[in-house]
Amino acid sequence: MSSSNTYKFSFLILIFVLVCCFFANISLGSVSFSIKEIFNALLGVSDNYIIQNYRLPKAFTAILVGSGLGISGLLMQTLFRNPLAGPFVLGISSGASLGVALVILGSGFFGGVFTTLLVSKWSIVIAASLGSFLVLLAVLIVSSKVRDTMAILIIGLMFGSITAAVVSVLSYFSSAEQLQQYIFWGFGSLGNLSWYELFIFSTIILVGVVLSIFSIKALNTLLLGENYAKSLGLNIKQSRLIIIVATSLLAGTITAFAGPIAFIGLAIPHITRQIFTTSNHKILLPAVLLLGAIVMLICDSIAQLPTSDYMLPINAITSLIGAPVVIWLLVRKRKMMF
Amino acid sequence: MKDYQKHSVLKTEQLSIGYQTKKDTIVIASNINIELNSGELSGLVGANGIGKSTLLCTLTNVQPSLNGNIYINKKPIEQYNNIDLAKALSLVLTESIASKNLSIFEIVALGRQPYTNWVGNLSETDISIINKSLNDTNLKDIKHKKCYELSDGQLQKVMIARALAQDTDLIILDEPTTHLDMYHKAYILKLLQKLAKDNNKTILFSSHEIDLAIQLCDKLVVMTENNVVSGAPSKLIERDTFDALFPKDFITFDKTTNSFKIIR
Repeated sequence: MSSSNTYKFSFLILIFVLVCCFFANISLGSVSFSIKEIFNALLGVSDNYIIQNYRLPKAFTAILVGSGLGISGLLMQTLFRNPLAGPFVLGISSGASLGVALVILGSGFFGGVFTTLLVSKWSIVIAASLGSFLVLLAVLIVSSKVRDTMAILIIGLMFGSITAAVVSVLSYFSSAEQLQQYIFWGFGSLGNLSWYELFIFSTIILVGVVLSIFSIKALNTLLLGENYAKSLGLNIKQSRLIIIVATSLLAGTITAFAGPIAFIGLAIPHITRQIFTTSNHKILLPAVLLLGAIVMLICDSIAQLPTSDYMLPINAITSLIGAPVVIWLLVRKRKMMF
Repeated sequence: MKDYQKHSVLKTEQLSIGYQTKKDTIVIASNINIELNSGELSGLVGANGIGKSTLLCTLTNVQPSLNGNIYINKKPIEQYNNIDLAKALSLVLTESIASKNLSIFEIVALGRQPYTNWVGNLSETDISIINKSLNDTNLKDIKHKKCYELSDGQLQKVMIARALAQDTDLIILDEPTTHLDMYHKAYILKLLQKLAKDNNKTILFSSHEIDLAIQLCDKLVVMTENNVVSGAPSKLIERDTFDALFPKDFITFDKTTNSFKIIR
């Protein structure tokens, strides 16, 4: 079939662009290296601390974050049949925010000894994971009692509101210093991970991606709507659970390690649908994976403002770059693919 | 036209339908005994709110029955698991599909889901069955069109083709002729009649097109306030079943034309 060939061609281009973006991302930064130096460092011929222990992990983090958020956004949009859904509709990021807020803003309540102990990087990662996990657990328990998938969406949004309110109360009682620290976490950051952390990070993302791949058939069936899916023999509750667990693994881990990164999860599936003009998840899933990684690498390259010593918050860049792209695509094609 | 041995595909015994709540039981209809055979086109008619949808939901195992038995291919419906039921019974619903970005071929291909592997790859058998369904419904030439480009009539044909691709003995359609003009109503029902005969399918649809159903169906299931009766249209007319269908203040069934007339 000719259509599968055009897909293959598009995928080859995407992979090529991804490799280019990867090298561009590594070579750009506040310190500039020659191409030979970069290749030597990558191949392990010579030691280069900045590339090997800073830029390389950061590039991999960007790839994992972009792919993971893109996929979880795609899963949520299909499950809820809602183009506005993103990876965080189930309150995962608000749960993580609450966890982090409790650690950073709440450390004042726990007294002096804990303060330094609590506000380390791992404690923030653990707090964010715990927060998103608990909110997710609450959503899952409530959603096992409702039959309507749309109700889960609303329940997720409600949990988001509750946690946001708690964070507001906490911020009201916090010092300016603590608030600043919390806000900095909210900016998102890709560059903080060591190789060891990256290993744990990528393992969990891999599990999430594998679960998503096993959901491809269910996702395609869900395109017909839930009742048709049921009449085709799909076990709705089981598929729904797998999709939600995959999303929370992906989005929850990413929020824990890199902060609440906005926009990518919402936009990448839309951009992919516009490019590939299909709703078949066998095509969409790998395409979203590649495109998410590419966009995140580009955003990160811009965020580090090459040749300058400044670094912009990644969260601002993703929206600044991404939103106009989505608007442009929608206006140009005049037709929303969903 | 091929000759097939007729056999019972859908059978109910003393079936009661309705809703079970914590406090009490709401019976919508009871003592339903119908039997649909292979190669038969059957229509389900009744006034609004009489329980047609509830009956269809119960027959398709979407909601549990209150009492009695339902047999599909002589096997009780409770003994089917999800996949086996999907291989015995396919549906065309009134709701529109969630994604309009699918092509006709893709939608019909989704009918093969109960048979495909874990990732949903289509085998050559699958493809040939899909192509046959597209042929049978005259959709072959436009199979790469996307759903949002189609008219309501075409979309209904696509959903019927999808049900055909599911390769089940029994196809149940919930009001397949709503939103269609006179010509397409007749077209769809004529298509269903042809599919039942040529492919030896058992097709049951609910409809408000009683005139058309009387002309085309082998069997009618008529739901009235008091009972649910089924039989060949001519027999039902003889027995004045249609008079009980609606309140008698505005319309009445005219035996000479086999249609409802407004009382002047």
